[in-house]
Amino acid sequence: MLEGKKPEFWRWTESNWINPDIGWEEARFITLGIDVGSVSSQAVIMTDGNMYAYGNMRTGADSPNSARNALKFALEKTTLNEDKISYCIGTGYGRVNVPMADRTVTEIACHARGANFFYGSKVRTVLDVGGQDIKAIRCDEKGKVTNFLMNDKCAAGTGRGMEVFADLLSVPIGEVGERSYLVEKEPPAVSSTCVVYAKSEATSLLRKGLSTNEVLAAYCSAMAERIYSLLKRIGIEPEFAITGGMAKNIGVVGRLTKKMGLEPLKTSWDTQLAGAAGAALFGFALCHKRNG
Amino acid sequence: MLANYGYSDGSGNYFITIDTDKCNACGECVEACPANIFEMADEDPNDPMNAEPLPIVLPEKKNKLKYECATCKPSGDNRPTLPCVMVCEGCAITHSW
Ligand code: SF4
Ligand code: SF4
Repeated sequence: MLEGKKPEFWRWTESNWINPDIGWEEARFITLGIDVGSVSSQAVIMTDGNMYAYGNMRTGADSPNSARNALKFALEKTTLNEDKISYCIGTGYGRVNVPMADRTVTEIACHARGANFFYGSKVRTVLDVGGQDIKAIRCDEKGKVTNFLMNDKCAAGTGRGMEVFADLLSVPIGEVGERSYLVEKEPPAVSSTCVVYAKSEATSLLRKGLSTNEVLAAYCSAMAERIYSLLKRIGIEPEFAITGGMAKNIGVVGRLTKKMGLEPLKTSWDTQLAGAAGAALFGFALCHKRNG
Repeated sequence: MLANYGYSDGSGNYFITIDTDKCNACGECVEACPANIFEMADEDPNDPMNAEPLPIVLPEKKNKLKYECATCKPSGDNRPTLPCVMVCEGCAITHSW
């Protein structure tokens, strides 16, 4: 690949959606949740606590613009105007820089609430693997947090780490999970998920003759191990749900759930939306509280 | 709610846990800590429906706990009771290391 632009193997698809079954005109409260993460940003619009529209895109260079763009993207297919929105909550890593937010709520609270909405009230343990952090959360039947921890000290075991890795091996991020299972024998996990070490370890494994798929397997398995140890710290209680982009990586999820002996719940929603959906729901609850 | 602040890295697990159900928001931990690790928040940042004050671990300290707490934790077998743990009447604070 000497000429031309190197393809971007980390890139996932941006998307927006509108609910064809409901309108906003009749709604009492239209609430907006904006989750500005380190890698992706989402805007979820709810009408009286129902999913109405969303936009999901990559986070740009600065948080205020990422928030504005995600909202514009969510509104794109609707006839809704921004000024009809009754309440907006910002969450995520960039939450203090969401210009239209009436208030901010931590992503811990929003992911628990969002998981409760997407997967139902039976969810007790929520794992969110974001671009730059891992959140392990326990919650009650209302989606209220009872125990949490967040590891954001380094990119090890996070979405960003996976992106760097996919790029290094020239494997599109969406194929990493599947290809990691195309191995005859599961190789031992790489010894560290630290992005810097894992990179050099991967290179030396390739040189030793391991296939790309085997190196992917070794890395997915190290990530699963790391995530598992954090989950154990808060105690794992069924049912279990995964939010965030990593939920889509079956290479990590498959190995993790095998260790846990628990199948994660399934949802038809895009798992990256959980934080923004939780934020929109809190907005709805707060509107209710305020207006009786 | 058990709020675990801290991190795990190659060298170990460094978490301070505040059990918010045992905490009466007296603020003693904030005063007692020589490294100014705690701060009183006006409301629980992890529960938007609860508008009660609550101690939290400062975000800029949470990824440095191993070093921040080092003065209270001399190496050796007989570690003194940590100031933050000592002042907390409800025993709401625990350390993982
Ligand atoms: S051990 Fe010492 S420095 Fe660490 S939180 Fe407690 S009082 Fe503060
Ligand atoms: S000393 Fe204990 S009870 Fe008082 S604010 Fe701190 S954690 Fe809460």
